[in-house]
Amino acid sequence: MNEDIYQGYKGKALETLKKHKARVWGIVDTNTSRGFFHGTILPRAENDDDQHIVLKLITGYNVGIDIKTIKDIKEVDYKKATYKIPEKEFPYTEGLPKVKLFGTGGTIASRLDYRTGAVIPAFSPGELYGSVPELAEICNLTTEKVFAIFSENMGPEQYKALAIAIGKEIKNGIDGIVIAHGTDTLHHTAEALTYMVQNPPIPIVLVGSQRSSDRPSSDAALNLIHSAYAAGHGDIAEVMVCMFGPTSDEYGFLHRGTRVRKMHSSYRSTFRTIGDTPLATVTRNGVVPIKKEYNHRRKDKNVEILPYFEEKVTIVYYYPNMQPDIIDSLVDNGYKGIIIAGTGLGHVNKIIYPAIERAISKGVHIFMTVQTLWGYVNMYVYDTGRDLLAKGIVPLQNMLPEAAYIKLGWVLGQTNEHEEVKKMMLTPINDEITSREPYNGYLIYQVGVKEVEEFIKKFRK
Amino acid sequence: MKKNKPRTSKKFNPLNNYNKTKKEINFVSIKDASDKDYKRIGFKSGLEVHQQLKTKEKLFCHCPAGLYNDDDDFDAEIIRHMRPALSELGGYDGTALMEFKTHKNIFYHIKNETACTYEVDDTPPFLINKEALEYALIISQLSKLSIVGEVHITRKQYLDGSIPTGFQRTAILGVDGELQLKNKKIGLIQLSIEEDACREVSDIGHNRIYKTDRLGMPLIETVTQPECLTPYELMEAADYIRFLNRSTGKVRTGIGAAREDVNVSCEGGTRVEIKGVSHNKWIPRLSHNEAFRQWALLHVRDILNTKVKDKKSWKISSTKLNFHAYNFDYEPINHAKKNKYKIYAVNLPYFKGILSHFTQHGKIFANEITDRLKVIACLDKPNMTHSEELNTVIDENIFEQIKKLLDAKDDDAQIIFWGPENDIPTALETIEERCMMAFEGIPSETRKSFPNGTTIFERVLPGADRMYPDTDSAPIPLEDEYIDKIGKNLPIDIFIRFKQLNDWEIPEDTHKYILKKNLCPIIEKIINNLKIKPKFVGTFFGHTLKHVEGQIQAHPDFTYDKIYDLFEFIEKNKLDLLISKKMIPVIYQYPNMDFESVLTNLHFKRRTKEEIFAPADYLIEKFKEIKISKNNDVTANWVMGQLHHQAIGNISLRELKNNIEKKL
Repeated sequence: MNEDIYQGYKGKALETLKKHKARVWGIVDTNTSRGFFHGTILPRAENDDDQHIVLKLITGYNVGIDIKTIKDIKEVDYKKATYKIPEKEFPYTEGLPKVKLFGTGGTIASRLDYRTGAVIPAFSPGELYGSVPELAEICNLTTEKVFAIFSENMGPEQYKALAIAIGKEIKNGIDGIVIAHGTDTLHHTAEALTYMVQNPPIPIVLVGSQRSSDRPSSDAALNLIHSAYAAGHGDIAEVMVCMFGPTSDEYGFLHRGTRVRKMHSSYRSTFRTIGDTPLATVTRNGVVPIKKEYNHRRKDKNVEILPYFEEKVTIVYYYPNMQPDIIDSLVDNGYKGIIIAGTGLGHVNKIIYPAIERAISKGVHIFMTVQTLWGYVNMYVYDTGRDLLAKGIVPLQNMLPEAAYIKLGWVLGQTNEHEEVKKMMLTPINDEITSREPYNGYLIYQVGVKEVEEFIKKFRK
Repeated sequence: MKKNKPRTSKKFNPLNNYNKTKKEINFVSIKDASDKDYKRIGFKSGLEVHQQLKTKEKLFCHCPAGLYNDDDDFDAEIIRHMRPALSELGGYDGTALMEFKTHKNIFYHIKNETACTYEVDDTPPFLINKEALEYALIISQLSKLSIVGEVHITRKQYLDGSIPTGFQRTAILGVDGELQLKNKKIGLIQLSIEEDACREVSDIGHNRIYKTDRLGMPLIETVTQPECLTPYELMEAADYIRFLNRSTGKVRTGIGAAREDVNVSCEGGTRVEIKGVSHNKWIPRLSHNEAFRQWALLHVRDILNTKVKDKKSWKISSTKLNFHAYNFDYEPINHAKKNKYKIYAVNLPYFKGILSHFTQHGKIFANEITDRLKVIACLDKPNMTHSEELNTVIDENIFEQIKKLLDAKDDDAQIIFWGPENDIPTALETIEERCMMAFEGIPSETRKSFPNGTTIFERVLPGADRMYPDTDSAPIPLEDEYIDKIGKNLPIDIFIRFKQLNDWEIPEDTHKYILKKNLCPIIEKIINNLKIKPKFVGTFFGHTLKHVEGQIQAHPDFTYDKIYDLFEFIEKNKLDLLISKKMIPVIYQYPNMDFESVLTNLHFKRRTKEEIFAPADYLIEKFKEIKISKNNDVTANWVMGQLHHQAIGNISLRELKNNIEKKL
């Protein structure tokens, strides 16, 4: 196949390049009505316009040239850049635990992609060792690229494939598993794996990064180090999410896979355990449990892999004046299960009652969670709640809406019998429902309060 | 020091060596240097001028710009570590690797008012500040640059921690411009818009503290070609760029608002960048000294290459010392001992006479090593002593013992250094690395400047490999229409302003002040609208106002427009111009007072010519009584003295004098 010499250029910009016999990676002298520019033609991001050509100047800066101003382009040289993370063979150290790193994509290991102008995944043990050599002091790492997709593209197929791959590794006697994952839906995958990989004898740690590894201040390296430590040396044999505790480079949290949620669009310390305390903290020096009860690491290989998922499941985020046709259209489109994220203690307005009745009569399983995230559903406090209960909506206590959605998909992948579905939904696998909420499990500090300001000044954020 | 003192022994004298090598390279101090000297050493220099823009908000977020806080005033602290990241073209940058070697803990002290999630790198950038972009484009056009068609935000890696992201967001707005100086043109390589960095609070051992108040403020950087051939030409270029920036009225002034990086090399030398020079008047001395430092290092290179035939196999040898085995009796070593540091002796083969080789005023080659030990190996100074100290700090006999220990030859030199155990390997590497560089000449580096004109090593000079496209920002197209619109209202060229000031016969000693304060527009307005003599107006600003500024604290409401109003008032009321000089100190302090009240405040009374001249005859007679001089000039001057106070503002002093003389 001929190499694409016009990477990303289209329309008028492409015509201009062709007209002047210029190509990507050509070093060119460009005369324009704005003056003279000398540099290397770079590929252009696909979604950018067709009015400009990108040059890398000798100083390393990039600039765009407006094609309307171009009088002449002359290629004087050609030099293609090869972008490569330095690869070094990952060394084997006798006595260190064996850890498997599954790559799914995301920003934990990524490099620039000219097509989108954003970052794309890049990943191999050699590359990882090249950029985070500390890993070799923690474990003997092997890697396997399972997918290369952004986390928003993760779905049931990937959950199932991952669960099966994990089962295989456990049978092969691995000491710990790390899953590198984009952060957006990291908690969905953590929930899915909690249900699909039951009773694991080893830690299964999902990790991501909020700043891509092409940035000097990236959290990727430290998160990887923490997760490798938790997977290889930690005693907590559960599906966990390992991400920054504070925004500072200090310690990571291990969050139980069913109680964790991404709570900020961009902060490093975006993952928080909701309605409970995190499982543990982790540093380069080890895992320190916060929770007293957790599943300990075991020598056996008795894991149960349950890779099931029904895709016709959804979450409905209730808002005032929601119309019944929202529910109706779901039913008409064959949805088998609906998780409602209701207001307050778990409420929706009366307008949609008939639609709910219709849905339940058609065999759709409807469960109630709260959009407040913290706290339990309690449908006995107000009449509206009692009405809904009477109509057959099942409250899911303090299960997070996303945890409920994933669980319902998993349950409906196994049975459609309502009582069985209800029973499975209400029987927690790993704390997706907890019988008690620690009184201090809900803590959202309000900035501006003197004590809070003092605390923040004293302890690094 | 006595010359030709008979030497009792053949003992090597470092001070003599310092003076000897200084002479060998023909060092001249800046006050004795002529253009010929600069030609001799091939002085070549250029500038990177940083200038903050006067915007309300920062460049990539909506935090206020220009609010500063004290070092110990902060609300929260964050800690980060920097790791080198690959450049777009797949390389690691040299500085990045050096900074990684240092393993610094970077602490940020944050103030709630001036930092949001962007400053702490917990949110991607917001759209670029349009106000800043426009100001920067005005200056780009004034600098006659080729304006780009599309602005691409680029990340420039900085692993020293001065920016929490580990890179500075920066973008080129124009390339290939020029600056017309008095006698020559200087090329401009480029102008970029960028975010300012943090301010350093402290840097001790492995801990460096920054504050984030200045972080993210919009800045432009104008980069010249290295075409300045004397230190004074360089300062002229710096002044021109500063005047040009200020002529827009869109830039910040005050401490730290404008900073220059000065690039210097000598013939056969290397580009070395002196960072953060905040006063233009320091530029000549700094660049002069740097060129001669390079000239000296080339001399060092030649000596070493003559002495050492096989430079590739040159290496240091070292041994750990026991604190107790020697009587060091030197406070820094006592301190090291107390802190359980390790102490090492290093032998540098063939380096006798090199360590004490002149480099800068009062500095020798050994300083190059100690400076690097501080920055790269994090050993706080004083971190070493050596066999060629100009002022010895430990007993010289210790070196004799150490020579034996290291099996040193007579032509070798020795270093003793100390530091935490973990830092020793890096320190040894650093010493060897710097010495090996001496065989090649001058390391590319950035240097920190001191008011006394000397510099110290700061970092390895970064290259193009530290650039990376900012994947968080989309390119910003600059349409012709927009560029043309901005181009229509450009201020007048500085070169033309200089010419104008000369044409107006405004004294030359005021030009710098007038341009620095961007006073040409107001002067021009006064001249054109009020038809006042340019020379008077120029001198009024450049002498009278400047003097007042130096004496009195201005009221915050005072603006230069007040001076226009003042002259308008004087013209309208047909007062004599001289009264302006009396009025300005009052107006400067009380700009809201009306001009009539200012006059009352000065006890000014309106008088007719007749009223003023009325006492003249009497005074002339009186003078005859009290003075014996019959000289008419003396008489006239005395009478002037008696009357000028009443005359000022009412009539010109010349008219007064003419009238008195007429009566004599």
